Amino acid sequence: MQFLNGITLLLVYQLAGEIIVRLLGVSIPGPVLGMVMLFVTMMIRGRAPESVEQASTGLLSHLSLLFVPAGVGMITHFGRIADEWLPITLALLLSTVITMVATALIMQQTSRWFTKTGQMQGQNDE
Amino acid sequence: MNNPGLSDIWVYLSATPLLGLTVTLVAYGLAYRFYLKTNGSPLANPVVTSVAMLITLLLVSGISYNDYFAGGQFVHFLLGPATVALAVPLYQQFSRLRQLWLPVLISLICGVGIAAGSSVLLARLLGGSLEVQMSLAPKSATAPVAMGISENIGGLPSLTAVLVVITGIIGAVLGTKLFEWIGVKDDTAKGIAMGVAAHGIGTARAFQVSSRMGAFSGLAMALSAFATAILVPWMVDWIQGLF
Repeated sequence: MQFLNGITLLLVYQLAGEIIVRLLGVSIPGPVLGMVMLFVTMMIRGRAPESVEQASTGLLSHLSLLFVPAGVGMITHFGRIADEWLPITLALLLSTVITMVATALIMQQTSRWFTKTGQMQGQNDE
Repeated sequence: MNNPGLSDIWVYLSATPLLGLTVTLVAYGLAYRFYLKTNGSPLANPVVTSVAMLITLLLVSGISYNDYFAGGQFVHFLLGPATVALAVPLYQQFSRLRQLWLPVLISLICGVGIAAGSSVLLARLLGGSLEVQMSLAPKSATAPVAMGISENIGGLPSLTAVLVVITGIIGAVLGTKLFEWIGVKDDTAKGIAMGVAAHGIGTARAFQVSSRMGAFSGLAMALSAFATAILVPWMVDWIQGLF
Protein backbone atom coordinates (compact mmCIF):
# COMPACT_ATOMS: atom_id res chain seq x y z
CA MET A 1 0.00 0.00 0.00
CA GLN A 2 2.86 2.36 0.87
CA PHE A 3 4.33 2.00 -2.63
CA LEU A 4 0.94 2.63 -4.22
CA ASN A 5 0.41 5.76 -2.11
CA GLY A 6 3.86 6.97 -3.06
CA ILE A 7 3.32 6.45 -6.79
CA THR A 8 -0.07 8.16 -6.52
CA LEU A 9 1.49 11.19 -4.83
CA LEU A 10 4.21 11.41 -7.49
CA LEU A 11 1.55 11.29 -10.22
CA VAL A 12 -0.56 13.91 -8.44
CA TYR A 13 2.43 16.27 -8.31
CA GLN A 14 3.26 15.58 -11.95
CA LEU A 15 -0.35 16.20 -12.97
CA ALA A 16 -0.47 19.42 -10.97
CA GLY A 17 2.82 20.47 -12.59
CA GLU A 18 1.50 19.78 -16.09
CA ILE A 19 -1.72 21.70 -15.43
CA ILE A 20 0.04 24.70 -13.91
CA VAL A 21 2.63 25.08 -16.72
CA ARG A 22 -0.22 25.00 -19.24
CA LEU A 23 -2.31 27.53 -17.30
CA LEU A 24 0.64 29.89 -16.95
CA GLY A 25 2.00 29.22 -20.44
CA VAL A 26 5.59 28.84 -19.16
CA SER A 27 8.14 26.66 -20.96
CA ILE A 28 9.25 24.64 -17.90
CA PRO A 29 8.32 20.94 -18.35
CA GLY A 30 5.49 19.78 -16.05
CA PRO A 31 7.47 17.05 -14.22
CA VAL A 32 10.17 19.61 -13.29
CA LEU A 33 7.59 21.91 -11.72
CA GLY A 34 6.10 18.83 -10.00
CA MET A 35 9.53 18.02 -8.58
CA VAL A 36 9.97 21.58 -7.30
CA MET A 37 6.52 21.56 -5.69
CA LEU A 38 7.15 18.19 -4.02
CA PHE A 39 10.50 19.46 -2.74
CA VAL A 40 8.89 22.61 -1.34
CA THR A 41 6.15 20.50 0.30
CA MET A 42 8.76 18.33 2.04
CA MET A 43 10.70 21.41 3.16
CA ILE A 44 7.54 22.90 4.69
CA ARG A 45 6.48 19.66 6.38
CA GLY A 46 10.06 18.97 7.46
CA ARG A 47 10.15 15.33 6.33
CA ALA A 48 9.82 13.04 3.33
CA PRO A 49 6.74 10.77 3.69
CA GLU A 50 7.80 7.12 3.81
CA SER A 51 5.48 6.24 0.93
CA VAL A 52 7.06 8.80 -1.38
CA GLU A 53 10.52 7.72 -0.25
CA GLN A 54 9.73 4.09 -1.11
CA ALA A 55 8.23 4.88 -4.51
CA SER A 56 11.07 7.22 -5.36
CA THR A 57 13.77 4.69 -4.39
CA GLY A 58 11.96 2.07 -6.47
CA LEU A 59 11.78 4.29 -9.55
CA LEU A 60 15.24 5.79 -9.26
CA SER A 61 17.06 2.51 -8.57
CA HIS A 62 16.28 1.33 -12.11
CA LEU A 63 16.30 4.70 -13.76
CA SER A 64 18.37 3.37 -16.69
CA LEU A 65 15.58 0.98 -17.67
CA LEU A 66 13.25 3.92 -18.24
CA PHE A 67 15.53 5.26 -20.99
CA VAL A 68 15.50 2.03 -23.00
CA PRO A 69 12.33 2.58 -25.13
CA ALA A 70 13.59 6.07 -26.07
CA GLY A 71 16.99 4.58 -26.95
CA VAL A 72 15.38 2.01 -29.23
CA GLY A 73 13.86 5.03 -31.03
CA MET A 74 17.27 5.38 -32.65
CA ILE A 75 15.89 2.95 -35.21
CA THR A 76 13.56 5.63 -36.60
CA HIS A 77 16.40 8.14 -36.87
CA PHE A 78 18.98 5.95 -38.59
CA GLY A 79 18.57 8.00 -41.78
CA ARG A 80 19.27 11.35 -40.18
CA ILE A 81 22.01 9.96 -37.98
CA ALA A 82 23.69 8.47 -41.10
CA ASP A 83 23.35 11.79 -42.99
CA GLU A 84 24.74 13.89 -40.17
CA TRP A 85 26.85 11.34 -38.35
CA LEU A 86 29.93 13.55 -38.08
CA PRO A 87 28.36 16.59 -36.37
CA ILE A 88 26.15 14.34 -34.22
CA THR A 89 28.90 11.97 -33.04
CA LEU A 90 31.54 14.62 -32.43
CA ALA A 91 29.14 17.09 -30.82
CA LEU A 92 27.83 14.39 -28.45
CA LEU A 93 31.23 12.97 -27.56
CA LEU A 94 33.23 16.17 -27.21
CA SER A 95 30.47 18.18 -25.59
CA THR A 96 29.83 15.49 -22.98
CA VAL A 97 33.55 15.13 -22.21
CA ILE A 98 34.07 18.92 -22.04
CA THR A 99 31.01 19.34 -19.80
CA MET A 100 32.09 16.62 -17.38
CA VAL A 101 35.70 17.77 -17.13
CA ALA A 102 34.80 21.45 -16.79
CA THR A 103 32.02 20.87 -14.24
CA ALA A 104 34.18 18.56 -12.10
CA LEU A 105 37.09 21.03 -12.09
CA ILE A 106 34.84 24.03 -11.40
CA MET A 107 33.10 22.19 -8.54
CA GLN A 108 36.44 21.05 -7.07
CA GLN A 109 37.94 24.52 -7.29
CA THR A 110 34.94 26.49 -6.03
CA SER A 111 34.33 24.14 -3.09
CA ARG A 112 38.00 24.58 -2.09
CA TRP A 113 37.63 28.35 -2.16
CA PHE A 114 34.45 28.34 -0.14
CA THR A 115 35.64 25.80 2.42
CA LYS A 116 38.84 27.85 2.92
CA THR A 117 36.83 30.93 3.76
CA GLY A 118 35.58 29.52 7.05
CA GLN A 119 33.02 26.80 6.22
CA MET A 120 35.12 24.00 7.71
CA GLN A 121 32.21 22.64 9.73
CA GLY A 122 30.99 21.16 6.46
CA GLN A 123 33.70 18.49 6.68
CA ASN A 124 33.14 17.57 10.32
CA ASP A 125 29.98 15.56 9.95
CA GLU A 126 31.55 13.15 7.46
CA MET B 1 5.33 -19.58 -40.46
CA ASN B 2 3.25 -21.96 -42.63
CA ASN B 3 1.56 -23.26 -39.52
CA PRO B 4 -1.72 -21.31 -39.23
CA GLY B 5 -1.63 -21.60 -35.43
CA LEU B 6 1.68 -19.79 -35.22
CA SER B 7 0.69 -17.01 -37.57
CA ASP B 8 -2.50 -16.47 -35.57
CA ILE B 9 -0.39 -16.06 -32.49
CA TRP B 10 1.84 -13.62 -34.38
CA VAL B 11 -1.16 -11.56 -35.50
CA TYR B 12 -2.33 -11.40 -31.90
CA LEU B 13 1.09 -10.46 -30.54
CA SER B 14 1.73 -7.68 -33.04
CA ALA B 15 -1.59 -6.06 -32.15
CA THR B 16 -1.03 -5.88 -28.41
CA PRO B 17 1.33 -3.78 -26.28
CA LEU B 18 2.15 -6.92 -24.28
CA LEU B 19 5.00 -7.94 -26.57
CA GLY B 20 6.76 -4.55 -26.60
CA LEU B 21 6.54 -4.21 -22.83
CA THR B 22 7.67 -7.76 -22.13
CA VAL B 23 10.66 -7.71 -24.49
CA THR B 24 11.78 -4.39 -22.97
CA LEU B 25 11.79 -5.84 -19.47
CA VAL B 26 13.34 -9.15 -20.56
CA ALA B 27 16.09 -7.37 -22.56
CA TYR B 28 16.86 -5.09 -19.63
CA GLY B 29 16.87 -8.04 -17.23
CA LEU B 30 19.36 -9.93 -19.40
CA ALA B 31 21.46 -6.80 -19.95
CA TYR B 32 21.53 -6.12 -16.22
CA ARG B 33 22.59 -9.69 -15.45
CA PHE B 34 25.37 -9.40 -18.04
CA TYR B 35 26.40 -6.10 -16.44
CA LEU B 36 26.65 -7.77 -13.02
CA LYS B 37 28.66 -10.66 -14.58
CA THR B 38 31.26 -8.17 -15.83
CA ASN B 39 31.49 -6.77 -12.26
CA GLY B 40 29.82 -3.55 -13.28
CA SER B 41 32.15 -2.68 -16.14
CA PRO B 42 30.95 0.68 -17.54
CA LEU B 43 31.43 -0.76 -21.04
CA ALA B 44 28.68 -3.30 -20.36
CA ASN B 45 26.21 -0.51 -19.52
CA PRO B 46 22.76 -2.17 -19.42
CA VAL B 47 21.18 0.59 -21.52
CA VAL B 48 23.61 -0.06 -24.38
CA THR B 49 23.18 -3.83 -24.31
CA SER B 50 19.40 -3.78 -24.00
CA VAL B 51 18.93 -1.12 -26.71
CA ALA B 52 21.23 -3.12 -29.03
CA MET B 53 19.28 -6.33 -28.33
CA LEU B 54 15.91 -4.65 -28.94
CA ILE B 55 17.02 -2.91 -32.15
CA THR B 56 18.33 -6.23 -33.46
CA LEU B 57 15.05 -7.88 -32.52
CA LEU B 58 13.00 -5.22 -34.33
CA LEU B 59 15.21 -5.38 -37.43
CA VAL B 60 15.11 -9.16 -37.58
CA SER B 61 11.39 -9.58 -36.84
CA GLY B 62 10.24 -6.59 -38.88
CA ILE B 63 8.16 -5.17 -35.99
CA SER B 64 7.88 -1.39 -36.45
CA TYR B 65 9.05 1.00 -33.76
CA ASN B 66 5.47 2.26 -33.39
CA ASP B 67 4.21 -1.25 -32.64
CA TYR B 68 7.08 -1.80 -30.23
CA PHE B 69 6.45 1.54 -28.54
CA ALA B 70 2.81 0.64 -27.94
CA GLY B 71 4.27 -1.51 -25.16
CA GLY B 72 7.48 0.41 -24.52
CA GLN B 73 5.50 3.55 -23.69
CA PHE B 74 4.50 2.13 -20.30
CA VAL B 75 8.15 2.08 -19.28
CA HIS B 76 8.85 5.39 -21.02
CA PHE B 77 5.91 7.00 -19.21
CA LEU B 78 7.57 6.38 -15.84
CA LEU B 79 10.27 8.94 -16.71
CA GLY B 80 7.74 11.62 -15.70
CA PRO B 81 7.06 10.40 -12.14
CA ALA B 82 10.78 9.51 -11.86
CA THR B 83 11.58 13.18 -12.51
CA VAL B 84 9.16 14.21 -9.74
CA ALA B 85 10.78 11.54 -7.53
CA LEU B 86 14.12 13.39 -7.79
CA ALA B 87 12.71 15.75 -5.15
CA VAL B 88 13.44 13.01 -2.59
CA PRO B 89 17.27 12.75 -3.00
CA LEU B 90 17.27 16.52 -3.32
CA TYR B 91 15.50 16.83 0.02
CA GLN B 92 17.66 14.16 1.69
CA GLN B 93 20.88 15.87 0.60
CA PHE B 94 19.60 19.31 1.44
CA SER B 95 21.78 19.83 4.52
CA ARG B 96 24.93 19.09 2.51
CA LEU B 97 23.62 21.19 -0.32
CA ARG B 98 23.12 24.11 2.03
CA GLN B 99 26.80 24.06 3.02
CA LEU B 100 27.90 23.79 -0.60
CA TRP B 101 25.14 25.80 -2.25
CA LEU B 102 27.40 28.42 -3.79
CA PRO B 103 29.92 26.00 -5.42
CA VAL B 104 27.01 23.80 -6.56
CA LEU B 105 25.15 26.76 -8.03
CA ILE B 106 28.25 28.03 -9.87
CA SER B 107 29.15 24.56 -11.21
CA LEU B 108 25.56 23.91 -12.20
CA ILE B 109 25.10 27.11 -14.18
CA CYS B 110 28.51 26.74 -15.86
CA GLY B 111 27.91 23.04 -16.55
CA VAL B 112 24.44 23.50 -18.05
CA GLY B 113 25.72 26.42 -20.15
CA ILE B 114 28.76 24.48 -21.36
CA ALA B 115 26.68 21.37 -22.17
CA ALA B 116 24.19 23.27 -24.32
CA GLY B 117 26.63 25.82 -25.78
CA SER B 118 29.33 23.35 -26.75
CA SER B 119 26.94 20.87 -28.37
CA VAL B 120 25.15 23.54 -30.44
CA LEU B 121 28.42 25.23 -31.47
CA LEU B 122 30.18 21.97 -32.34
CA ALA B 123 27.22 20.71 -34.40
CA ARG B 124 27.04 24.08 -36.10
CA LEU B 125 30.76 24.23 -36.95
CA LEU B 126 30.65 20.67 -38.29
CA GLY B 127 27.73 21.48 -40.58
CA GLY B 128 24.84 19.95 -38.64
CA SER B 129 21.33 21.10 -39.62
CA LEU B 130 19.42 23.53 -37.43
CA GLU B 131 17.05 20.75 -36.35
CA VAL B 132 19.97 18.63 -35.17
CA GLN B 133 21.52 21.60 -33.33
CA MET B 134 18.24 22.30 -31.52
CA SER B 135 17.74 18.61 -30.76
CA LEU B 136 21.25 18.49 -29.26
CA ALA B 137 20.94 21.61 -27.08
CA PRO B 138 19.10 20.04 -24.10
CA LYS B 139 20.88 16.64 -24.40
CA SER B 140 22.36 16.66 -20.89
CA ALA B 141 18.98 17.00 -19.14
CA THR B 142 16.89 13.98 -18.25
CA ALA B 143 14.68 12.69 -21.12
CA PRO B 144 11.21 14.15 -20.44
CA VAL B 145 12.69 17.56 -19.68
CA ALA B 146 14.99 17.51 -22.71
CA MET B 147 12.15 16.41 -25.00
CA GLY B 148 9.92 19.23 -23.76
CA ILE B 149 12.65 21.82 -24.29
CA SER B 150 13.57 20.43 -27.70
CA GLU B 151 9.97 20.84 -28.82
CA ASN B 152 9.88 24.44 -27.60
CA ILE B 153 13.07 25.48 -29.40
CA GLY B 154 12.40 23.76 -32.73
CA GLY B 155 14.19 20.43 -32.33
CA LEU B 156 12.77 16.94 -32.85
CA PRO B 157 11.71 15.55 -29.44
CA SER B 158 12.13 11.91 -30.52
CA LEU B 159 15.64 12.58 -31.86
CA THR B 160 16.44 14.44 -28.64
CA ALA B 161 15.37 11.37 -26.65
CA VAL B 162 17.90 9.28 -28.57
CA LEU B 163 20.65 11.91 -28.15
CA VAL B 164 19.87 12.13 -24.42
CA VAL B 165 20.32 8.37 -24.07
CA ILE B 166 23.61 8.38 -26.04
CA THR B 167 24.88 11.31 -23.95
CA GLY B 168 24.06 9.44 -20.76
CA ILE B 169 25.86 6.36 -22.02
CA ILE B 170 28.97 8.36 -23.02
CA GLY B 171 29.02 9.95 -19.56
CA ALA B 172 28.50 6.65 -17.75
CA VAL B 173 31.16 4.84 -19.79
CA LEU B 174 33.87 7.54 -19.78
CA GLY B 175 33.09 9.39 -16.53
CA THR B 176 35.18 7.60 -13.91
CA LYS B 177 38.22 7.35 -16.25
CA LEU B 178 37.99 11.06 -17.10
CA PHE B 179 37.85 12.08 -13.44
CA GLU B 180 40.91 9.92 -12.79
CA TRP B 181 42.85 11.60 -15.62
CA ILE B 182 42.07 15.14 -14.51
CA GLY B 183 42.78 14.23 -10.88
CA VAL B 184 39.35 14.94 -9.38
CA LYS B 185 39.00 12.57 -6.42
CA ASP B 186 36.19 14.18 -4.43
CA ASP B 187 32.97 12.18 -4.84
CA THR B 188 30.92 15.35 -4.42
CA ALA B 189 32.57 17.04 -7.42
CA LYS B 190 32.44 13.81 -9.46
CA GLY B 191 28.76 13.35 -8.67
CA ILE B 192 27.84 16.92 -9.59
CA ALA B 193 29.71 16.62 -12.91
CA MET B 194 28.10 13.27 -13.69
CA GLY B 195 24.58 14.49 -12.94
CA VAL B 196 24.98 17.73 -14.90
CA ALA B 197 26.51 16.05 -17.98
CA ALA B 198 24.90 12.61 -18.04
CA HIS B 199 21.56 12.82 -16.13
CA GLY B 200 19.93 9.54 -15.01
CA ILE B 201 22.17 7.10 -16.83
CA GLY B 202 25.23 8.81 -15.35
CA THR B 203 23.55 8.81 -11.92
CA ALA B 204 22.92 5.07 -12.12
CA ARG B 205 26.67 4.67 -12.77
CA ALA B 206 27.56 7.11 -9.96
CA PHE B 207 25.60 5.05 -7.41
CA GLN B 208 27.88 2.14 -8.33
CA VAL B 209 30.96 4.15 -7.31
CA SER B 210 29.60 5.41 -3.97
CA SER B 211 26.28 6.42 -2.48
CA ARG B 212 27.66 9.91 -1.92
CA MET B 213 28.57 10.29 -5.59
CA GLY B 214 25.16 8.90 -6.54
CA ALA B 215 23.28 11.24 -4.25
CA PHE B 216 25.12 14.29 -5.56
CA SER B 217 24.67 13.11 -9.12
CA GLY B 218 20.93 12.73 -8.53
CA LEU B 219 20.86 16.15 -6.96
CA ALA B 220 22.76 17.69 -9.89
CA MET B 221 20.46 15.93 -12.35
CA ALA B 222 17.39 17.34 -10.57
CA LEU B 223 18.81 20.85 -10.38
CA SER B 224 20.09 20.80 -13.94
CA ALA B 225 16.71 19.65 -15.23
CA PHE B 226 15.38 22.85 -13.72
CA ALA B 227 18.32 25.01 -14.86
CA THR B 228 18.22 23.57 -18.40
CA ALA B 229 14.51 24.35 -18.69
CA ILE B 230 15.19 27.96 -17.76
CA LEU B 231 18.60 28.65 -19.34
CA VAL B 232 18.73 26.66 -22.58
CA PRO B 233 15.88 28.28 -24.59
CA TRP B 234 17.33 31.66 -23.78
CA MET B 235 20.92 30.56 -24.55
CA VAL B 236 19.98 29.02 -27.88
CA ASP B 237 18.42 32.32 -28.97
CA TRP B 238 21.59 34.09 -28.01
CA ILE B 239 23.85 31.65 -29.91
CA GLN B 240 21.62 31.96 -32.98
CA GLY B 241 22.14 35.71 -32.84
CA LEU B 242 25.93 35.34 -32.82
CA PHE B 243 26.21 33.95 -36.34
